[in-house]
Amino acid sequence: MRFRAKIVDLACLNHFSRVTNTIAKLAKTCTLRLTVSKLYFILSDKVANGGVSMWCELSQGNFFDEFQIEGVAAEHNEIYLELVPENLSRALKTAQSAKAVKIKLTNKHCPCLRVAVELPSLSSSSRIVTHDIPVGVIPRRLWNDFREPSVPDFDVSVYLPLLKTMKSVVERMKNLSNSIVIEANLSGEMNLKIETDLVSVTTHFKDLGNPPWASEDGCQSSAQGRDLERMAEARIDIKKLQQLLAGQQVNPTKALCNIVSKRIVHFILLHEDVSLQYFIPALA
Amino acid sequence: MKCVITGSNVKVLGRAVHSLSRIGDELYLEPTESGLSLRAVNSSRSAFAAFLFAPLFFQLYEAGGRQPDRELLRCKVLMKVQHPPPAPCPGTPKAPHCSGAVPGRVTVPVSVPCPQSFLGIFRSLPSLEKTVGKCLILLKPRASRLVVQLHCKYGVTKTHNLAFQECERLQAVFDTQSCASSLCAPARVLAEAVVHFPQTLAEVTLGAGPGGKISLRNYVEDEAEPTKTMVTELWLAKEEFQTVAVAPGSRITFCLKEFRGLLTFAEASNLPLTIHYDVPGRPVVFTLDDAVLEVHLVLATLSDPESGSQPPTANGVSHLPAPSDDFADDLESYMIAMETSAYEAGSGVPPSPTFPLHTPRPAESDPEEEEEEEEEGAVPGTPPHKKVWDGHGRAWGRAQPPPDPHLSPQFRSLFFGSVLMPGGPGPAPTQEVLAEDSDGEY
Repeated sequence: MRFRAKIVDLACLNHFSRVTNTIAKLAKTCTLRLTVSKLYFILSDKVANGGVSMWCELSQGNFFDEFQIEGVAAEHNEIYLELVPENLSRALKTAQSAKAVKIKLTNKHCPCLRVAVELPSLSSSSRIVTHDIPVGVIPRRLWNDFREPSVPDFDVSVYLPLLKTMKSVVERMKNLSNSIVIEANLSGEMNLKIETDLVSVTTHFKDLGNPPWASEDGCQSSAQGRDLERMAEARIDIKKLQQLLAGQQVNPTKALCNIVSKRIVHFILLHEDVSLQYFIPALA
Repeated sequence: MKCVITGSNVKVLGRAVHSLSRIGDELYLEPTESGLSLRAVNSSRSAFAAFLFAPLFFQLYEAGGRQPDRELLRCKVLMKVQHPPPAPCPGTPKAPHCSGAVPGRVTVPVSVPCPQSFLGIFRSLPSLEKTVGKCLILLKPRASRLVVQLHCKYGVTKTHNLAFQECERLQAVFDTQSCASSLCAPARVLAEAVVHFPQTLAEVTLGAGPGGKISLRNYVEDEAEPTKTMVTELWLAKEEFQTVAVAPGSRITFCLKEFRGLLTFAEASNLPLTIHYDVPGRPVVFTLDDAVLEVHLVLATLSDPESGSQPPTANGVSHLPAPSDDFADDLESYMIAMETSAYEAGSGVPPSPTFPLHTPRPAESDPEEEEEEEEEGAVPGTPPHKKVWDGHGRAWGRAQPPPDPHLSPQFRSLFFGSVLMPGGPGPAPTQEVLAEDSDGEY
């Protein structure tokens, strides 16, 4: 098993650093899946995560100048690693002016992802900082636990308002309640609601638009033939939503959410070369 | 003592206070003929810093009248307010804490119910730079007040009256000349190096590698699982330093927090920083030198438990810092050894013959007697009032200073151990006195 990669371009480095920062905010530990063309940060929906799951996908070609991978076998040319994304985020944080960053899988004392940062210095030779991030290598028999989640059979799909706006609304609501109701309809309207014994607050968003989901095989049927004005709603943990809104640093070009009534809310943040999916289950 | 500081030097003083506040909760002020010395020591006596401002630093500097039989007055003041103060009792006159007391002007007494701290006066460095033109520090022994007056813009004068305690000289004895290794680098180089370590990191290991390369690595505590902790290592080329005179393969581990505090000061003052160190367990001394300013920071270093049990040569070989691949193995063996030593230190057995621990005395012995003994045992030439804080306050039944939470036990035991001979009642002339103060006087 081998893996080595290199980033030279500063813009790519900053972008990659922002992605890892986002992941670090959303998950304490996660799985890093490496394939020939892509990297994935995965959080599977275990009870320990409070039912939350995450799937972040990036094409390596848009970030790395060099990317070599050699999996366990030729037909399974992939590597699955368990790591603390905070470590990776911290290693890249002080690499913002680096000449080059190399990432390499090593196994000296324990399996490590070695991030070697070459920094400019006042002298002729550059400064080298290495971070050995301990990782766990996930055996192949467990790979099935980390399959891409399918888009749920949602009732309503809606584009999200500006995440910054949404964040400030949710942050204020968080002080009043532990849970939030997200409801939306197929006329591009979305409401964020909190209801407590003392106070009810609703923020209305309109003209958001509904993404045109192509129903190739007719599986997204729930949304079809639905009353356009009828709201689909789910009550979710407000902290989890706030975490997503405050933690994301990918500045998505498109952000949308799919609501399965009373079951789950599925968020999708899209950037040209990064996609982040985040699933928050509805509270009982 | 009276001194006046003007212009940008006020900010320099402010930054020095900030740096000292990283070390101790009390600030020791000592006016001397060679300048005003500000000092601090931490509660576990493993860190000591002294800033000596030469008379030229001030617009006016008067150390104070020297009485024939007395030394100059020294005092200590609160660095920061630790506890929320009790509400002032109604009826009792409040001590004048802060008031604009300029004759002929409107005086607005501001009743601040809490004890004032020195750091509080210099808390905001930007506003210090923007508004303060002149700073007057005045020691009034009769009124038992240390007066700090800030002359600000628009004729505003802020007068702070601080309560002080008279105290003995706080002195760390160290000799940078006897240190086997020394390094000198612009503060910026070192400041840029430590940013790679998290703010929460307690200790860092500095090592000398082949070709004069210097490495910094986060110190992984022995109880931490090596498979869980990220190890960050940084290499600095010889050319980045102004001077490198280090023993090959040497390495020391010291606390990062106090070092960061000094670096912030040094970087802002644009001064080169010199690091003097010796074998592990001996204190590391950081110095800054300027025409009007002299700074020393003395930190305990983690003892190398192998240095005592193994011949030095073997030790030197086994501890060559390794940019190579086998460094992890080396680290582990090091950590196993550390564990053993922690156990030994806890049971009162010296971790190494080089730095024996002082054997605790029976707790029932009279503190007064003990002190007498020590007075008698004092070295000729040492002023009689000088007393060594040797860390056996425990044995005297006095309140033990609260241990620094981020200090591992190895640091403390070692530091005291280096001060005293095993079981010896007083300091021997050749031994290092880290720090002495008046705590033993009560």
